[in-house]
Amino acid sequence: MTRKLNPTLLIVLLAFPILWFAPAGLKSYGLYVVALWLVMSIAAMGLNLTLGYAGLTSLAQGAFLGIGAYATAILTVKAGWSLPASFLVSTGLSFAVGIVLGFPALRVKHHYLAFVTLAFSVVVFLVARNEEWLTGGVFGLANIPRPVLFGIDLGGGLAFYRFVLCVTLVLTLVMWWLLHSPWGRAFLAIRENALRAASLGIDIRAYTLLAFAIGSAFGGAAGSLYAPLVEFIDPAPFALSASFVLLLTVVAGGAGSFFGPFVGAFFSYMLPELLRATGGWYLIIYAAVVLVLVMVSPTGLLGLIDRWRDHRSQRRAATIRAAARPTLGARQGPQQGSAS
Amino acid sequence: MTFKTFAAGVALAAAFAAPAFADTVKLIDVIELSGPGAPAGTNWKNGSDLAVAEINAKGGILGKQIELIHYDSQTNPGATRAAVQRAVDEDAYVVLGPIFSGPISASMQITQRAGVPQIVGGEASAFTKQGNPYIFRTSLNQADSMPKLANYLRDEVKAKSVAVVWINNDFGKGGRDAIIPELQKRGIQVAADIATESGQADFAADAIKVKNANADAVFVYLNEEESARFLRAVRQQGIAKPIIGETTLLGAKVIELAGDAANGVKGHVGLLVDAPNPGFQAFGKKYMDKYGFTSDHNGIKGYTAVYTVKTITERIGKFDREAFAKALHGARIDVAQEPGILIDTKWLANGDVDRESFLVEVTNGKPVVKATLPMINP
Amino acid sequence: MELPRPRPRRILGQPLTLPMLRMGPFPLPGREREKNIRNADMDQFLQLIVAGLATGAIYALAAIGFTLVWQTSQTINFAQGEFVMLPAILVLAASHVGLPMWLAFVVGTVGFVLLFGFGFKRFLVEPMQRHGVLPLAIATMALSVLIKEAAKNGFSAEAQQFPSLVPEGTLSMLGAAVSVRDLAIFVVAVAAILGLQAFITHTRTGRTMQATAQNPTVARILGVPVQRMILLTFLINAALALVASYLISPVYLAKFSNGEHIGLAAFIAAIVGGFNQIRGALAGGFLIGLIDNLAAAYVSSAYRTAVPLVVLVVVILVKPEGLLGRKEERTV
Repeated sequence: MTRKLNPTLLIVLLAFPILWFAPAGLKSYGLYVVALWLVMSIAAMGLNLTLGYAGLTSLAQGAFLGIGAYATAILTVKAGWSLPASFLVSTGLSFAVGIVLGFPALRVKHHYLAFVTLAFSVVVFLVARNEEWLTGGVFGLANIPRPVLFGIDLGGGLAFYRFVLCVTLVLTLVMWWLLHSPWGRAFLAIRENALRAASLGIDIRAYTLLAFAIGSAFGGAAGSLYAPLVEFIDPAPFALSASFVLLLTVVAGGAGSFFGPFVGAFFSYMLPELLRATGGWYLIIYAAVVLVLVMVSPTGLLGLIDRWRDHRSQRRAATIRAAARPTLGARQGPQQGSAS
Repeated sequence: MTFKTFAAGVALAAAFAAPAFADTVKLIDVIELSGPGAPAGTNWKNGSDLAVAEINAKGGILGKQIELIHYDSQTNPGATRAAVQRAVDEDAYVVLGPIFSGPISASMQITQRAGVPQIVGGEASAFTKQGNPYIFRTSLNQADSMPKLANYLRDEVKAKSVAVVWINNDFGKGGRDAIIPELQKRGIQVAADIATESGQADFAADAIKVKNANADAVFVYLNEEESARFLRAVRQQGIAKPIIGETTLLGAKVIELAGDAANGVKGHVGLLVDAPNPGFQAFGKKYMDKYGFTSDHNGIKGYTAVYTVKTITERIGKFDREAFAKALHGARIDVAQEPGILIDTKWLANGDVDRESFLVEVTNGKPVVKATLPMINP
Repeated sequence: MELPRPRPRRILGQPLTLPMLRMGPFPLPGREREKNIRNADMDQFLQLIVAGLATGAIYALAAIGFTLVWQTSQTINFAQGEFVMLPAILVLAASHVGLPMWLAFVVGTVGFVLLFGFGFKRFLVEPMQRHGVLPLAIATMALSVLIKEAAKNGFSAEAQQFPSLVPEGTLSMLGAAVSVRDLAIFVVAVAAILGLQAFITHTRTGRTMQATAQNPTVARILGVPVQRMILLTFLINAALALVASYLISPVYLAKFSNGEHIGLAAFIAAIVGGFNQIRGALAGGFLIGLIDNLAAAYVSSAYRTAVPLVVLVVVILVKPEGLLGRKEERTV
């Protein structure tokens, strides 16, 4: 490679070994929580593509999580498939359903689209709850197996966490590649100005559908990992509120920022577990923090950091300029700072 | 971002490394303190706290004080699983709760894998059918209650047709699936089969449907708050047919919330503080004095669960989870031996319990016991 | 009265029909439904209509406030349902502190209007308005969780009785026994709505508010104190939520989670009726209330919650401006 490594990619590659080794000392509950964080990050990454990059407000990501989880659970428990095969089918199924659901997105935008996807979420939940012959209904599906892959038993907490981590890495790289491909730039162009994008020859219909479908596929992939992680699924975790929380997650992390979903998911799924010690108050704290965050920085947590960095570098630049004026060229020190 | 994750890992590790005290025995209660199960979970929590305070005041179990920790299951299977996982990691001697069957099904494999006994408050029939040697009930299995109820509908109410109203969650669906075959077996027609939503507030349409089904009796199988709302809606629509239910419908909370609308409701109750039984009544009074409201059956379940742990541990003479589970299968604890158990109770090989139960009618806002039904296999 | 006998096929549980088809607005075996209605189930139908109008009146109250707030300030209030839940809880909390009931009502009413009429506008909507619709919508989502959890932890996780001013019982109407309370809810809600309508059309302030709602920019140019008019719509929204709360809490029982369903229903009503019309929200409210109740009786009860949503999607796709709405200019 002759080009300098992209900083985003660098962070991903640095984070991986840290995340591989850091949780090794955790007991199974801690591992479960960290793995849950990764799984929800994947789902949030998908929603971030639909919402943050393509600008389509979706309240269906929880439903896609459910579609993926149920497809995997049914295929592995009832049909005896292996997890990798089920994973691919679940992801593909979510992609296909995402295309179908994307069609309304061609007609309506913003809160109207939110409500169409909301209705879809409710229908998915009802099907999962009512069609007992297929989904186990209110009783759920139990004993979802964790696989043995390449001779490695993933039954243990740490092994399964590392498996989830590897899948997360792959999907993160896929997302990165996607966003830097012409497709990703087309998504952004549509969000910023659909008319101009069309005049530049971008097929808005196709890209809108694609953004929706890929976002949904990530939701399905996350669900496919969720099922063996929890080893039991019932309709409750895929109810409407799941979609709301995922939307909050993406916005809180910073819609349209690459690492926003990870930060947001930390906020929405890991923090509540850490704050469990506060008794019944943790949801209040969580909601209050999100509320304050959205009020202070509508671009999310990472937006806040960006703003703070901009602000600081501006101030630093200003002080450097101020300092440099009388002793121009006399000292080298501060100027190095301005380059960083 | 990487630093944040790392810091989180460290924080997690610190949070989860639980210190172990040698002179206490740790019980962890994973219970519904929020979500639809909150009324049930609150009663259970209070009941178990009451038992722990009593036992600790008398010197604990085998000289060790009980340390009881409550984790909120949020009535959500995923959260329950996380909490039970945590309980196992923190080296709980026995896990108590939860009550709702979905969360139980989601978490029982964890205790089974770790070999930790789990004493739950659920009534759905499924989870004692799976051959899990570590799961134990505190109340009758739905499948054992329903035949008693169906007999009651046929012999006492003399109903030829019944409208069944149930709540569409694992509890309600389980009850519906258990009662309907029992009714049909006895030649009673099901005039209406009405599913309602968990958390539903408006029962007017359901009451109207029941009214026009014109059945001889109405069988109601809903959670506490929904039961109260349904009874109020029934009263509003002026339905005069006998209303029959299982334990929950006759619970203290339902009677309090439904007010006048609860009068005349009849049914089968497993555990009741107002039963003609000195143990229950003494417990009911203690509970009332401490918490200011009447305990429902879940309070009794939580209380007796702790006393079950005490009695069986004292029988085996050591804190040994495997021996505990073995000893509790087939065990019988009588009030004569341990007053805290409140009613003579027998555990079957699958973790189900067997004990006396009651036929109850609500009169003037009070549940009144009309008859006592014997154990199924005394 | 002869009634259609039970249908053993349904009772034996699992369907012979294709599962997905049961989801439609009518149960597939249409013959049965026809028979149901033809067999003089007029009583049931009439009772359902009355119950549906009562439910719909509540939805309409919530939807009208929602629409007003949307018109004047582009606020999509995801906490609207919690606004309907909260006043009853505040009253109960005040009475638990030891206040007599009438004073508790005064405290609850004044406290709610101050907090969620004035405070909501001043401290949440105003600072966030410049960021656009979505961040504000997200903020109200967080607010809804906050209100719900605060009501749960600060007051009670369990349902509570709420005093009712209306007697229970039934009344004979066109030969069918209908609930007195349903009628009372309907009458009070409609009176509140008519009062609002009279205020808007017959007073100067009302007309100014209406003008602001229809076009804030023009209103500002014409010298209307726009911020004050916006505040007025927030106060009206709080007042309508208050009325709805006091009406339904005796039936639904006061509980922190009661807002979830009402909030959703209010949205659906507002969109179906027309986001930019008060009479649209009114019609939408009644329509959704009726659909709710009729679906509960005539649709496979396990799928009944989907019916209003299906109506919603059809309206959005076919007539996005709502049944009674005006087309809005699309901004590019």
